[in-house]
Amino acid sequence: MCLGIPGCIVMIDDAAKMLATVDISGVRRQVNIACIVDEEHPVSSCVGDWVLVHVGFAMSRIDEAEAAETLKILTELGEARAELEAIHLSAAHLGGQPA
Amino acid sequence: MKYLDEFRDSARARILVTEIEALVATMDVPHDRPLHIMEVCGGHTHSIFRFGIEGMLPKQIELVHGPGCPVCVLPMGRVDDCVNIAERPEVIFATFGDAMRVPGSRKSLMQAKADGADVRMVYSPLDALAIARKNPAREVVFFGLGFETTMPSTALTILQAQSERIANFSVFCNHITIVPTIKAILDSPDLKLDGFLGPGHVSMVIGIAPYAFIANFYRKPMVVAGFEPLDILQSIWMVLKQIKEGRADVENQYARVVPDQGNAAALDAVARVYELREFFEWRGLGSIDHSGVKLRDAYAQFDAERKFAIPNVKIADPKSCQCGEVLKGVIKPWQCKVFGSACTPEMPLGALMVSSEGACAAYYQYGGIKQHVAAE
Repeated sequence: MCLGIPGCIVMIDDAAKMLATVDISGVRRQVNIACIVDEEHPVSSCVGDWVLVHVGFAMSRIDEAEAAETLKILTELGEARAELEAIHLSAAHLGGQPA
Repeated sequence: MKYLDEFRDSARARILVTEIEALVATMDVPHDRPLHIMEVCGGHTHSIFRFGIEGMLPKQIELVHGPGCPVCVLPMGRVDDCVNIAERPEVIFATFGDAMRVPGSRKSLMQAKADGADVRMVYSPLDALAIARKNPAREVVFFGLGFETTMPSTALTILQAQSERIANFSVFCNHITIVPTIKAILDSPDLKLDGFLGPGHVSMVIGIAPYAFIANFYRKPMVVAGFEPLDILQSIWMVLKQIKEGRADVENQYARVVPDQGNAAALDAVARVYELREFFEWRGLGSIDHSGVKLRDAYAQFDAERKFAIPNVKIADPKSCQCGEVLKGVIKPWQCKVFGSACTPEMPLGALMVSSEGACAAYYQYGGIKQHVAAE
């Protein structure tokens, strides 16, 4: 109940009551979207949003830019490590300290 | 599914484990005193066992499983209160499935249902409200359970009931709040913690500012973490980096879901509907000041505590059951005397064995005892 599950808003059912249909891995369910709308992001612009659904409520819009950023940091971490390992490996082969 | 595969990528996980090992190797951690990092949230506990994360970590890091499973911290007397309400002939008692098997002193809600009480498992408080609409002659009571993650959904359901003037719907409000609980843990003399993984979905509602005291006053690192393996590994790495650099900050690893300022609409609903209780009783942790909420007077008609006489019974946990020590991280689940013998997921004695987010159930299901051995 606390973990939530990501789903995609496919249809607005009742704009006044802020109810929308979300597709969660092929299962469709009506959810309340009151917590993810505001003046900048009105009900009408919600179709296509990826949201995290908790107990029938969309509680957060999943921010794709932030997700990409986190993954990028992880990738760079790996690249930096691979680079360092390559430097040390060559140095060991050459029998000296890394240049 | 969106951002599940990416954050479960095993190649990236290996890179992070290497980074963690490399960082720890520079930190001079004493052999007999590993770094203790507490994951506050039961959702993290579940992920940690499900993906075998403990087994991936170097020996210098020990994860301490915190109290953040709302089902697990329910005192036995509270279950008795639920059963008492549910057994009233006019009542339909609606609850999340997680709470069905928590043992009360007489019976669980599941047993009450078997004995004829009208107990219904619902996925959402909105489903409980729909039951009330369909059954105007019955009293529908929803068992409001959870930290700030589910608190807004109950509040919004009450506001919806009010706008529709639904008179046969009420909430038995057992919502709890995380910050006083973390403070109680930090003040507990049993525990020496070096850092925290912060609860991702509570933070999605409350933001990261409420944790500032952990960094500023207690000087402990706190990283708000997501629930996939890469999220957890990266957050552990971020906590270690803070320790290594002598910093204590609140950082947000889970920015794709958690805005630093939280969710304004959810917080507004929470503020409208609830007020803090003076204290609230937790299983294993005792009474913690201001750690629970109740409905404000304006919503009295939706408050099951005012609608029904609730005995509010206090029952001590079974003596053999050591949920309290496990909850505080003082002992590991498998060190409890009844773990896996008198207490199993099929026949749980303590609440930690009931919920899939409870440390004991997670250990039992995913073989946590053997993980360290297997990893070596």
